[in-house]
Amino acid sequence: MTKWLPPRHLVGAWLALLALLALTVSLAYLPLGAFNAAIAMSIGAVKAAIVAAIFMELRHRNATTLTFAGAGLFWLGILLWLGMMDFLTRT
Amino acid sequence: MPETKVFAPQFVSSRHRDEAAELGMWVFIATEVLLFGALILGYLVYRHLHPVGFAAASGRTDLVIGTANTAILLTSSFAVAWAVEVFSAETRKFCATLLACAIGLGVAFLVLKGFEYRSEYREHLVPGIDFRFDPVHVDGAQLFFLFYFVATGLHALHMVIGIAVLGVMALLINRTPSTRHRTALHSAALYWHFVDIVWIFLFALIYLPGRAA
Repeated sequence: MTKWLPPRHLVGAWLALLALLALTVSLAYLPLGAFNAAIAMSIGAVKAAIVAAIFMELRHRNATTLTFAGAGLFWLGILLWLGMMDFLTRT
Repeated sequence: MPETKVFAPQFVSSRHRDEAAELGMWVFIATEVLLFGALILGYLVYRHLHPVGFAAASGRTDLVIGTANTAILLTSSFAVAWAVEVFSAETRKFCATLLACAIGLGVAFLVLKGFEYRSEYREHLVPGIDFRFDPVHVDGAQLFFLFYFVATGLHALHMVIGIAVLGVMALLINRTPSTRHRTALHSAALYWHFVDIVWIFLFALIYLPGRAA
């Protein structure tokens, strides 16, 4: 029977994702100024990390796979960093 | 050595073949990250230039549907991850059912999105079709809703493709009395989870700003 049951780590990840969703919606209503955006994006990043590490099984993968998966993030970082640099530093 | 017949000559083993398939999926996902990344860069630049207009426009989106859709997608990803985890020759029919559940949730997501688009059309929030907004914030709001429709539309297209891929996988594993399609199932699951991650960020950028004011 146990071979049909979802493993505990998947159930845990799913419940954690739903809890983080409830948390981020609640915190969006608190008047925290610029921190609202930072909190929303940070919680989004934690949720994405849970999906990548547990649902996409990256935590069990070797360095090669992690490098391939990280490459997209690396280039995204360059895109956003250099792209925003001009606008954020303009007077 | 019956093993040798199941993989192409460029691979040394079936495990090698499966690892190559997974790396290929990650390369594809990296290109998708940059596709959505460019859109998000545009959003960030215009939000920086029109902070108040973006917050006002974001406050007009439907947070109830947005939150429900996020929960729906997270649950569908859970169902797909569950299917990948317990997949075996014995459980394959059950796994096909799990994929069918994920497809049902994906369709529910698209139906709710359709209701959302309809009410935005009725509220004159579609740029280019008699867009109406508070004149002080109309420029920022128009840019926000342009991003909103392009980004959610592109995401919805990915959902349609994902639903089709999961449908093919459900039929294949239901029909084949072996674990031959394990790698294909895993690749399909990676794509579905990626579409889920894109939505996590779109949700934070579209629905959450401008609620505290």
